[in-house]
Amino acid sequence: MARRALPILKQLSHRPTLGSFLPKPDPNTRSVTYMPRPGDGTPRCVTLIPGDGIGPLVTNAVEQVMEAMHAPVFFERYDVHGDMSRVPPEVMDSIRRNKVCIKGGLKTPVGGGVSSLNMQLRKELDLYASLVNCFNLPGLPTRHENVDIVVIRENTEGEYAGLEHEVVPGVVESLKVITKFCSERIAKYAFEYAYLNNRKKVTAVHKANIMKLADGLFLESCREVATKYPSIKYSEIIVDNCCMQLVSKPEQFDVMVTPNLYGNLVANTAAGIAGGTGVMPGGNVGADHAVFEQGASAGNVGNEKLWEQKTANPVALLLSSAMMLRHLQFPSFADRLETAVKRVISEGKYRTKDLGGVSTTQEVVDAVISNLD
Amino acid sequence: MARRTIPILRHLLTKPRPGVAAQTRSVTYMPRPGDGAPRAVTLIPGDGIGPLVTNAVEQVMEAMHAPVYFEKYEVTGDMPRVPEEVIESIRKNKVCLKGGLATPMGGGVSSLNMQLRRELDLYASLVNCFNLRGLQTKHDNVDIVVIRENTEGEYSGLEHEVIPGVVESLKFCSERIARYAFEYAYLNNRKKVTAVHKANIMKLADGLFLESCREVATNYPGITYNEVIVDNCCMQVVARPEQFDVMVTPNLYGNLVANTAAGIAGGTGVMPGGNVGADHAIFEQGASAGNVGNQKILDQKTANPVALLLSSAMMLRHLQFPSFSDRLENAVERVILEGKFRTKDLGGHSTTQEVVDAVIAALD
Repeated sequence: MARRALPILKQLSHRPTLGSFLPKPDPNTRSVTYMPRPGDGTPRCVTLIPGDGIGPLVTNAVEQVMEAMHAPVFFERYDVHGDMSRVPPEVMDSIRRNKVCIKGGLKTPVGGGVSSLNMQLRKELDLYASLVNCFNLPGLPTRHENVDIVVIRENTEGEYAGLEHEVVPGVVESLKVITKFCSERIAKYAFEYAYLNNRKKVTAVHKANIMKLADGLFLESCREVATKYPSIKYSEIIVDNCCMQLVSKPEQFDVMVTPNLYGNLVANTAAGIAGGTGVMPGGNVGADHAVFEQGASAGNVGNEKLWEQKTANPVALLLSSAMMLRHLQFPSFADRLETAVKRVISEGKYRTKDLGGVSTTQEVVDAVISNLD
Repeated sequence: MARRTIPILRHLLTKPRPGVAAQTRSVTYMPRPGDGAPRAVTLIPGDGIGPLVTNAVEQVMEAMHAPVYFEKYEVTGDMPRVPEEVIESIRKNKVCLKGGLATPMGGGVSSLNMQLRRELDLYASLVNCFNLRGLQTKHDNVDIVVIRENTEGEYSGLEHEVIPGVVESLKFCSERIARYAFEYAYLNNRKKVTAVHKANIMKLADGLFLESCREVATNYPGITYNEVIVDNCCMQVVARPEQFDVMVTPNLYGNLVANTAAGIAGGTGVMPGGNVGADHAIFEQGASAGNVGNQKILDQKTANPVALLLSSAMMLRHLQFPSFSDRLENAVERVILEGKFRTKDLGGHSTTQEVVDAVIAALD
């Protein structure tokens, strides 16, 4: 009996799972029956802002991949630099007309009273929700598994409202403005996002024990909206505990809704634990417009070495452009792009320095293009 | 050694099958604010097994808390016309889900299904025939989409000789169906479009159809285009179905080809489909949409709801609720894969309600 049981045991233990008696679907491809409306394939125009630093490098990567896919988008390029005082009105007109924009980072000069152009764009177009999806990419080993967090961050007010003034020389007041209107709409967006994407939990991040009135107002709005979505679990967490939980047990978080400052920090932390800011997609959405850019740390334009050696990581902007394709209702192209990118990452041969490899941006782009089917 | 191996063997063999868990998708979808607002959809239960299967869809939509609500209208096949309020409702909502309407034979009463399609100008009918996992059929690797011209051709009810005016209007329709088929192939990453015709016999009519297809094909260099005569096509569909991808056909051939393709891939009880026009869309059972079943299926309530459930998943995708659509399709595929709850046409003996309950239980 033992003589016969041993080879059987060996064979059973070498099968990946017992469920593989059935033909396993290739996890990288989807089969959906999608019935387009006539005219759905007409090409769409998208504003492209290359930006500063590594911006032009990674946006060029996106342009190359879009062309290789024959995607029905064409780009209107505008040069904007971080040291301009305002975003030029023709760029704003273009975005208002096209309604969708993809951009690299705009460098924000430190100090000196010049406000960030990234922030200016968001405020003028009223892109009130910033979304960063941080998840483990298969094939990319990180210290944390099972990470799939979406950070929805209020984008227009809060601590980054840019309202600072010097009361008397040597004393500066910085105003944190929280309004019911903005808190309510970001809470509504977060719960609607969770509803539409079949997410089970929304967590509000706050510091209401200290800032009782400001964050208290934020929490009230979240609680109100939560009552309208009984099937979604709502919880609250104080921001310091939240940061600690993120790095110890990130699998407990699903969708997180936060005001401006906490959102910035939480999004960057979550991106860091799941693979780095070089791979996380994200975007800013408002009622009428959407701007897609690298998920977390969107103002980061890299350092001299990255530009010269051309080793910036294009994955974040490629995945953001896949989100953009989905936003423009081209789901099949979005799937192909995401599949190709995920395949390149899981193969592991072409990775830029921040992921532990030695490839240049162009090599990664070529690998993605050759992986498109 | 033997004493220890038997319990280990037993444990390994009875582990719950995790295979179906691999079905979920994770995509980063950034909805616009207000995307979750509920949409109204016109619901026409229809005749025969229609009310049974549309009720199945209503139950599943409610279990999923999908953001759709239905406006139900009673229409039966023996009415002379589709009532005005129903057409108004469809024009308002732009989307409709219906069961079959029985077409009385002879008597000059035109089919209400056809009437709806013509009034709303739903010129493309789409049937996606594919092998469902777990459902044994004699053909594997089937994934055919039949795009059929819906308003003209042999079923237009105009029975008179070809005169220049008729030929011209046929050309108009052929062009838009060819354009829709190629655009469909482009948007869904399909590699091949096959035009089905009988132009060796009907040189002028089908010749016109082929010309339009060839013209449109030049705009899509990335898609392979070929033509096949309809009798050869039927033979190829049953011999080697894996060679076909998207098929564009005029009205009559499309009816036959769609039903054949549905039959080889699992039967008309499981194939989703719909009719789409420039402004409206009606979703119904894929092939054989006028089939309302017989008395026995009605009495025993064993109609197969899968076709209409998958069509309603297409409808959810059309309304831009892709996450709900995915959940529904996953649940249906899971139920078919497990094989415990199947209606008689798939070889089982469950009732409609049992299949619906299984789908609701499989929703996550």
